[in-house]
Amino acid sequence: MPAVQQLAMQASGEAPRIRLQDVAVTLGGRSILEDVSLDVVPGRITTLVGNNGAGKTTLLRVVVGLTRPAAGRVWRASRVRIGYVPQHFAVDVNLPITARRFMALSGYADAARWQEVVDDTGVAALLDQPLQGLSGGEMRRILLARALLQHPSVLALDEPAAGLDGRSQGALYRLIGTLRDRYGCAVVVISHDLNLVMAASDEVLCLEHGRIACRGAPASVIEHPEYQKLFGSHLGPDTGVFPHDHHDHSHAHPRRSAAGGGHG
Amino acid sequence: MDEFILTALAAGLGVALVAGPLGSFVVWRRMAYFGETLAHSALLGVALGFLFGINLNLGILAVCVVVAVLLVLLRQYQRLASDTVLGILAHSSLSLGLVAIAFMEGLRVDLMGYLFGDILAVTPTDLYWIYGGGLLVLATLVAIWRPLLSLTLHEEMARVEGVRVLPVQLVFMALVAATIALAMQVVGILLVISMLIIPAAAARAFARTPEQMAVIAALIGALAVLGGLAGSFQWDLPTGPAIVVTATAIFALVTSARGLGAARA
Repeated sequence: MPAVQQLAMQASGEAPRIRLQDVAVTLGGRSILEDVSLDVVPGRITTLVGNNGAGKTTLLRVVVGLTRPAAGRVWRASRVRIGYVPQHFAVDVNLPITARRFMALSGYADAARWQEVVDDTGVAALLDQPLQGLSGGEMRRILLARALLQHPSVLALDEPAAGLDGRSQGALYRLIGTLRDRYGCAVVVISHDLNLVMAASDEVLCLEHGRIACRGAPASVIEHPEYQKLFGSHLGPDTGVFPHDHHDHSHAHPRRSAAGGGHG
Repeated sequence: MDEFILTALAAGLGVALVAGPLGSFVVWRRMAYFGETLAHSALLGVALGFLFGINLNLGILAVCVVVAVLLVLLRQYQRLASDTVLGILAHSSLSLGLVAIAFMEGLRVDLMGYLFGDILAVTPTDLYWIYGGGLLVLATLVAIWRPLLSLTLHEEMARVEGVRVLPVQLVFMALVAATIALAMQVVGILLVISMLIIPAAAARAFARTPEQMAVIAALIGALAVLGGLAGSFQWDLPTGPAIVVTATAIFALVTSARGLGAARA
């Protein structure tokens, strides 16, 4: 069994909250992840990209503790709190529950935090709606708000933009960037939309067949031969990829869509 | 009113008040077949109760709890589809119970009573079981309400948030098993799951919160018991099926009214 240890943390904002070292995951005798290392650092948005079966979701599951690695090590900072937004969320039609009650179920928020999160995520008008009546985009914002109520030091988002139209996706990524700045949490996000990913990330991990094909700042990753082999070379400085500024997200969205983006 | 009728009424109401809240979770978690499997295994508990000379309620509870734990664990690690496992366990345990009873020479067992319930045979001792056990079940359900609701909404999200999913699931299964053991004498093995599901399904139309649905389900269950008992005495009907038919009539009425309301809106 791999070691899952407590990571001794300094007060420094840059110390990782979660560290994966040479992690491997095997499911049913098949290798899903191999030799993957990752630091989940406060204030940093790390985006996982890759084709279907590349291991993105498995890696996120290791980060949040849902999957135990077969090899390698996972360290967690003491009292690390994770806000998790799953890709699929469907409520049984027979369960009568409003968004307000669903959010309150997380059980952590005080009144001030509640108001702050509701304002930041723009969900005030949705609070008394039944969960079943929310659109995909509204549900994503409620899930995000619920995660934030728990004072997360790590926010893990599994394809938060799946099923949304391009405009909603852009708005959601801008919101994630804003929330990262405001709450200072580490963000790990899976995305298929390479254009949006590049604009809203500090670090990109490109996975292929369970291994890290390339990683780094968005602007450098798109120049990497492995990345270009996987996704082509149609993203460039004129398509929304630019040096990322944590404190100004007003321009952090793509100017046009990436043709033939992620297939992941 | 005859004492045995009052005893039957008290038993039925006690079961309905416990089955409503538990049944709401069975409906939300889509575990109707799961509950059916547990109920079928109760007959094996009856057989073991006779075999070892222990209280039948304890025998039923023990077998239901073992099957419930087995089901939860098989769901975690099994390689077969869930409904296949449930189908195998439901029918094999019922058959095993019937075979075991057939092997007990010299034992006269009212099989129909166990299969379809015999509320009029409830004794004051049974009432202690129903109300004592029922209170324990409800108190435990209240204690695990929040984590159980969280994992009902999304199991993995609940796990990440720190809910100890497997223990909560096991406790919930034990509660369903206990409720089945308590309710079996009222409506029988073959109908017991209906006391969990039908009032809860009918309650959905009136409820705006999970707690409201649990309470309304209990009240609808109680109404079904009252109606079923009244119909049973009026027209000399088997009581268990009469209770279930009343619950179904309430469900049909509520669903139709809701459908009409939606059509007009």
